[in-house]
Amino acid sequence: MRGSRGATSAAPAVRFERLTVDYGTGKIWSDLSLQVARGAFVAILGPNGAGKTSLLRAVLGLISPTAGSIEVLGRSPRRGDPAIGYVPQHSSFDPDLPLRGRDLVRLGIDGHRWGIGWRDADADARVARAIASVGAEPYADAAIGRLSGGEQQRLRIAQALVGDPAVLLCDEPLANLDLRNQQAITDLIHAWQERTGGTVLLVTHDVNPVLRLVDEVLFVVNGRWAAGKPDDVLTSARLSDLYGSHVDVVQVSGRLLVVGQSTETGLNLDEPHHAPIPVDGHHGLR
Amino acid sequence: MDQLTRLLAYDFVQNAIAAGVVVAIVSGAVSRFVVARNLSFAVHALAEIGFTGAAGFLLLRLPVVLGLLTGSVLTAVSIGVLGVRARGRDVVVGVVMAFGLGLGVLFITLYRGYAGQALAILFGTITGVSRTDVVLLGSIGAVTVAALALIYRPLTFATVDPEGAEARGVPVGPLAVLFLVLTAAAVAVAVQIVGVLLILTLLITPGAAAERLTPKFGRAVVYSVAIALFCTLGGITLALLTDRSVSVFVTSLSFACYLAARFVVGPALLRQSRRGSVEASGAAR
Repeated sequence: MRGSRGATSAAPAVRFERLTVDYGTGKIWSDLSLQVARGAFVAILGPNGAGKTSLLRAVLGLISPTAGSIEVLGRSPRRGDPAIGYVPQHSSFDPDLPLRGRDLVRLGIDGHRWGIGWRDADADARVARAIASVGAEPYADAAIGRLSGGEQQRLRIAQALVGDPAVLLCDEPLANLDLRNQQAITDLIHAWQERTGGTVLLVTHDVNPVLRLVDEVLFVVNGRWAAGKPDDVLTSARLSDLYGSHVDVVQVSGRLLVVGQSTETGLNLDEPHHAPIPVDGHHGLR
Repeated sequence: MDQLTRLLAYDFVQNAIAAGVVVAIVSGAVSRFVVARNLSFAVHALAEIGFTGAAGFLLLRLPVVLGLLTGSVLTAVSIGVLGVRARGRDVVVGVVMAFGLGLGVLFITLYRGYAGQALAILFGTITGVSRTDVVLLGSIGAVTVAALALIYRPLTFATVDPEGAEARGVPVGPLAVLFLVLTAAAVAVAVQIVGVLLILTLLITPGAAAERLTPKFGRAVVYSVAIALFCTLGGITLALLTDRSVSVFVTSLSFACYLAARFVVGPALLRQSRRGSVEASGAAR
């Protein structure tokens, strides 16, 4: 883990202590203990239905642990904590929805407040800065449902960051994006982290696009989990143990692939790996 | 024009116009959210069971408006509590609506009074609106609009981005139920002009037309109210001049607005904004 860059107090960004979460019929997490240091980038991996989204929802205070505890920045999770930014799993907007990207980002500032919400120059300026920081100015005033997946995702990230959070939770932010956009979104998140010292918890089914940034991975299968540095966790031995059947972690053209009978697609991706593109300055957040 | 000026002197005409303004403002504002939240079928059910309530109150010789309100609000609460999630919602709506409408039929068969009043609830009327009705409609309308203004921002958030809204602490579930209740109030009000069977013309069409005219959420609400005002007041005027049913004109005008917004004005605006954004991005380079 990358130490406590940008930390303002000793408490870790997120601490899971013997966390167990039940959801409907069964346990999705049992006995998860993990500390995420401030400024760390943690990738949460695992097959579909492993409870990755539920873990983020528990951090957001939207579902309560059955046993154990969670602390976010040294306190219990609470709904609507402004210190947490959230990029929900991508669901595209209706093309006819009258909503501009600018409106979506604005909701991140005061969308939870009562009343109509009149013009506010200060809020408008913050929205404009957040939009600029993700490079979305050219299309921020168009109907968001008519934008491409990558453009919509940039605006979602701008919404998550407009409130200056300390922790950013992203749920599959790279799904349905082509490699170029995966790279661009990853760079945006990284640039924000470099500048603010913020902490990132990112759920993904493919670790490769973020592998160079990841300090630690949390891999979960059927309620069992393994956490640690990527090199330690993403090995044939650890993952075979986790899946309870033999799987191979292989490196092909610089990409990590998990192959086995019970892995579903796991970390596979058919496309060739592209060399990381350096983060360029103008993507930097304020 | 002369004919219209002469008609304006009549009490029932003044009442109809006052009621029309209330109906248009309430249904135009609510309609935008009904469309964005995919509640068309639920609105239909609110109106039909509103009819049951009205028929029941008619039987008991109580004010019809309050019967409508009772029926539609009870339905809204049932739908809200039984099935807020979109997937189960339509099924719950269908189940509740079928039973409710059956009751309405029973009430009407038991009712021995003037059958025209039941017909007015189904197809709408402007002649039946009394001064007392106008005051009642105005009060229901004012409360509805005030409540909608109060929840406007979180409701918008919950409508366009439910996951994001929930994470920011917006009570998404309770807001869904509350909005259904406001929709029920709007239905009870709008039935006065267009009737139960034609309710969608004021609670769907203005909102559906407005979203074609602007990418700004707030502006779409304003446009929706403007379209509803145009259709309602235009419909009342034409009904007065021709002595035909008001519903015919309101539905025709609102359908015309929708067609114009969808196939003429909307596409033109879209082409214009595409050109604009191409120029803007060209300038940025």
